[in-house]
Amino acid sequence: MLDKGLSVGEAQAAFSNINRLSGGIASFLGKVRDDGETQALELTHYAPLTEPAIRELAQEALSRFALDGVLVWHRIGVMTRGQPIVLVMAAAPHRRAAFDAVDFLMDHLKSASWLWKREKRGGTWEWIEPRAEDRLDLSRWT
Amino acid sequence: MVRIVYLGKFADWAGRDEEEFEAPLDWEGLAQRVEPRIAEELRGDRAHISLDGVVLADKQALSAKDGSEVALLPPVSGG
Repeated sequence: MLDKGLSVGEAQAAFSNINRLSGGIASFLGKVRDDGETQALELTHYAPLTEPAIRELAQEALSRFALDGVLVWHRIGVMTRGQPIVLVMAAAPHRRAAFDAVDFLMDHLKSASWLWKREKRGGTWEWIEPRAEDRLDLSRWT
Repeated sequence: MVRIVYLGKFADWAGRDEEEFEAPLDWEGLAQRVEPRIAEELRGDRAHISLDGVVLADKQALSAKDGSEVALLPPVSGG
């Protein structure tokens, strides 16, 4: 969990170096999109739950897919358009496991992790809840 | 005392991030003391309660002692 700038290049270089003998690395970077309305986004966590649960989630990905390693970096605090929110990477001998692990991790971070997101539109903050399609995405893994 | 931590929209609804209630605290005591709409949402299955860092499988089994921390967790969204 990071409460300020998420340095994507630094994370990618370090992860790539640690997993330099892996066959491939898949990576997903989630950012604050510019939809013309959202002015800012804020993510809140609850330290006693959030980080232990994300560590468990990463462990689950490691045991579920044939991986060499995973990385999960998530921002908390206020972010503005274009700024990174979440970076997930998976290294594996073969690409399918890497793609699947990143997909699995993102689906769980979106709607099954101890994080609370609100967006500011037209000067007003609104709490966001997972969309039906987020829940459907998550249900693919059960 | 039992420390109550409000997360997400519950903090907005309560008008604060945390407060203290008299110990011991059970489900009935909690539901009576928090804002009615927080209690109502906690009765549903998408909001959760944790006691000292452990999410309760059965919210109604809450039994918080002096010095405990109870977090009230609305539906989550990340990424």
